[in-house]
Amino acid sequence: MAGVTRTPTNLTQGSKTKGGIGESTLRPDGTLKVTGEFAYSSDLWHEDMLWGFTLRSTEAHAELVSIDTSEALAQPGVYAVLTYDDLPADVKHYGLEIQDTPVLAHGKVRHHGEPVAIVAADHPETARRAAAKIKIEYRQLPLVTDEASALAEDAPLIHEGRDDHHIGHVPHPNIVHRQPIIRGNADEARKKADVIVEGEYVFGMQDQAFLGPESGLAVPSEDGGVELYVATQWLHSDLRQIAPVLGLPEEKVRMTLSGVGGAFGGREDISMQIHACLLALHTGKPVKIVYNRFESFFGHVHRHPAKLWYEHGATKDGKLTHMKCRIVLDGGAYASASPAVVGNASSLSAGPYVIDDVEIEAIALYTNNPPCGAMRGFGAVQACFAYEAQMDKLADKLGLDRVAFRQLNAMEQGTIMPTGQPVDSPAPVAELLRRVKAMPLPPERQWESSEGADVRQLPGGLSNTTHGEGVVRGVGYAVGIKNVGFSEGFDDYSTAKVRMEVVAGEPVATVHTAMAEVGQGGVTVHAQIARTELGVTQVTIHPADTQVGSAGSTSASRQTYVTGGAVKNACELVREKVLEIGRRKMGTFHPAWATAELLLEGGKVITDGGEVLADLVDVLEDEVVELEEEWRHRPTVAFDLETGQGDGHVQYSFAAHRAVVEVDTELGLVKVIELACAQDVGKALNPLSVVGQIQGGTTQGLGVAVMEEIIVDPKTAKVRNPSFTDYLIPTILDTPTIPVDVLELADEHAPYGLRGIGEAPTLSSTPAVLAAIRNATGLELNKTPVRPEHLTGT
Amino acid sequence: MDFLRPASWEEALAAKAEHPTAVPIAGGTDVMVEINFDHRRPEYLLDLNRIGDLYEWEVGEKTVRLGASVPYTRIMENLRTELPGLALASHTVASPQIRNRGGVGGNLGTASPAGDAHPALLASGCEVEVESAERGVRMIPIDEFYVGVKRNAMAADELIRAVHLPKADGPQQFSKVGTRNAMVIAVCAFGLALHPETRTVRTGIGSAAPTPVRAKEAETFLAAALEEGGHWESGKPIPPSVAKQFAQLASGACNPIDDVRGSAKYRRHAVGIMARRTLGWTWESYRGNSYGTQGGAQCA
Repeated sequence: MAGVTRTPTNLTQGSKTKGGIGESTLRPDGTLKVTGEFAYSSDLWHEDMLWGFTLRSTEAHAELVSIDTSEALAQPGVYAVLTYDDLPADVKHYGLEIQDTPVLAHGKVRHHGEPVAIVAADHPETARRAAAKIKIEYRQLPLVTDEASALAEDAPLIHEGRDDHHIGHVPHPNIVHRQPIIRGNADEARKKADVIVEGEYVFGMQDQAFLGPESGLAVPSEDGGVELYVATQWLHSDLRQIAPVLGLPEEKVRMTLSGVGGAFGGREDISMQIHACLLALHTGKPVKIVYNRFESFFGHVHRHPAKLWYEHGATKDGKLTHMKCRIVLDGGAYASASPAVVGNASSLSAGPYVIDDVEIEAIALYTNNPPCGAMRGFGAVQACFAYEAQMDKLADKLGLDRVAFRQLNAMEQGTIMPTGQPVDSPAPVAELLRRVKAMPLPPERQWESSEGADVRQLPGGLSNTTHGEGVVRGVGYAVGIKNVGFSEGFDDYSTAKVRMEVVAGEPVATVHTAMAEVGQGGVTVHAQIARTELGVTQVTIHPADTQVGSAGSTSASRQTYVTGGAVKNACELVREKVLEIGRRKMGTFHPAWATAELLLEGGKVITDGGEVLADLVDVLEDEVVELEEEWRHRPTVAFDLETGQGDGHVQYSFAAHRAVVEVDTELGLVKVIELACAQDVGKALNPLSVVGQIQGGTTQGLGVAVMEEIIVDPKTAKVRNPSFTDYLIPTILDTPTIPVDVLELADEHAPYGLRGIGEAPTLSSTPAVLAAIRNATGLELNKTPVRPEHLTGT
Repeated sequence: MDFLRPASWEEALAAKAEHPTAVPIAGGTDVMVEINFDHRRPEYLLDLNRIGDLYEWEVGEKTVRLGASVPYTRIMENLRTELPGLALASHTVASPQIRNRGGVGGNLGTASPAGDAHPALLASGCEVEVESAERGVRMIPIDEFYVGVKRNAMAADELIRAVHLPKADGPQQFSKVGTRNAMVIAVCAFGLALHPETRTVRTGIGSAAPTPVRAKEAETFLAAALEEGGHWESGKPIPPSVAKQFAQLASGACNPIDDVRGSAKYRRHAVGIMARRTLGWTWESYRGNSYGTQGGAQCA
């Protein structure tokens, strides 16, 4: 881990058992994935299985006048063609929070690519061709594509007859959710401002672009239920949505997590799960569905594009006076995670700064654009892009150093959020900025060599567009704040089942949770926690399924905190039981059994003084200790619907970036040279994984700074670039050196003092790159991603 | 879909004569994308992978005969001296895996304006060797090869066998704009070849018109300016005004569209910048090598 520095926590709980927390144990699936041998959900196979295919709408908003499936059904090899009319249960809609999404389109389609019919056939190509024979007659409806068309007087309603719990407080039925936050008196405070800066910002639609497309296998079972093997982010959330539309009790839908090829929020919503189950139950045969890359772009939600308006004021000595903002998020045709995105965008809109007087409003729209929902850092990412641009503008206007200005206004432990919630654990915002600024800058003109210009080091890379002509360097800074865990009063629990026994003369622990391993490293961390708490070397991680209680979602940077917390808690309870057994069997052998604090370490029971009392093997003999327990972090409350006040968040996570870019100012091409990050992680349970998460999040932030955008035609609401040919994600030549400085300041409320880390680096990476490009070009650049056209005025 | 697998060139020509709608496939880096996206569903695929001759190249006295299927990787590794422009263009094609499969024959067969080889082929002034079972071989000058959007001058029963490229007699350059630093389809591209033997220059523009095109006015202007100024003999620097005019004429040769990859206005702008820069690089190289060694002037 060259280039990584770590600062010890003040709550360090290292492990004396090898492979415990704090060690960089390696992923069990690492080698398999690198060598291409890992079985992903798209590799699932069953004797006699059929292949499912989804027919999707070619229109963005249209009435379904008629659907004729007869020709498709007549094709040899086709086993089933299902439409809305074939749905077996009274419940025909699903959704994460608002059940507004029909399993198959009914009456009208609301976005380009909406599922209309599903086909099962004995070959994927047969299914595809049969689907092409389904005749659909559309009647075009007027489109809603932005705020103006959504709220116009004669605007068509995307969802008529809404009865969800947000409809009572939104000003228009085409608004999914609205969250104002009022604290202090922004108008009064504004009078104290010596400078005022206003800006409008646009954030483009980013895609999660996970490499393993949506896929799974549904197998009908003898009891009339179904077994579903699938790549997802939250098994039990899927289950809650799947069972009702199948007309089955939840215990008859048994789910097992299959190999997940990345998620980043894009698997939080249902994709092919219900369709595969419907076809399997209808045909009585196993059904596999795999999306290809093109379909994947329509098969999951994207990051909300946003328009953000901000006003900040500051006194001439550099203190922020007030902030007003309005954030408009485009949620697309269905609600998905929009309400939570609104909650995050509004509550985190002030950034990691002390601002007592704020006036904030965030809304999410219903439109005919592609549905948007969860993606790494949601809500906070869009806000950070805007408020960090504002910070630079303010500093410039005041003639202050951009970093010093941020440090002057940086929040710290004890700061009150705009929601009125105190930040009650370390918030080292100024320190992170100091650290990232203190890192040595990469040398200038690294592309120069005795043999001429090394184009790989230059903007344009291998395309050979410059040998140094037009190239200008820029440096930019940004810092962000993200909430960890599910907020606003959500019962955000997790469940762990831990078993301890002697196998082949050795104590072994088994950890069983429903946590979706999507690449974040939970499988590694759970084993480390079990070793630490139970003093064993051998830990088996049971496959994730619904035979154990919910683990909650692998999102919101929460799994190490919440399911890690559940595993820790279950291990502690198991340890107590093991010690009880020991006391029962051996209590008379040594007085310490009754008097000392006892630990399990290295396969032995020891006293806190280090004296060995017994081997675990001898304590347990053939007894098995097993228990399943739910675990909760401290509760949160909903934000007040008018003032936005409330202790809505569990924990905050902070990262800062310094970007160094070189811009070909004539061609408008960008090379990010270095993207340094400093982040407080509370406690690095697995330092290697921590650095991996930070580098991955940083790169995803870079992507949306300079290239990643789903382009939707405003005239048709159709997606124009659903492929990796035209939706570009960074290659290794676009990915800079990412030095990481990891700070470990414990949060006393969290297990081991840890802090959720996966999202924070995605926030500040984008505005840091934008700031660096602005620094190089002198352009205002209010939109991300930056395109060559923006840099060249073409 | 039928998959035809001729074992020899003669068999391939016979198959193409019998099934004129058959789509030839070699590396498959273009054809397979179209099939996977369901953009086309040919009745027959004609697999050329068993024909070893297509993977050969011969360096002659004046020209290089480049088999249609010689992978871009081979061109980069082996023909950098003889075909510097095409070698540079090959380097920008997609990813290493695709460069190991794809060749110039595929670019010519598809005739997409975004094909990376076209600007270099146009600038070199090559000829395409095509053949049919009935009429035998004919050579199509590259200037006559591209006839419309994704259309070339070939008859339905013809196959591309090779490309005959003049060996470089002067510096050549290739430059391509994409919105990513590797593995990207061209937003636009520019190729330039100096031909000191004939005292001419040739250019090629990619992705900025319905077909790959030459910037002929720019070529004529530059050749005249070099001649009048005595630059070929003296090797003296090209005046900025000449470079600027050359760039403007290159921009003017574009007839681009707005699409998801870039705006028409940007494409025109970028082609001008690339024209000016590649002219600078080739001229520095000319001064350094030819003139420099002969006249003892300072190397750039």
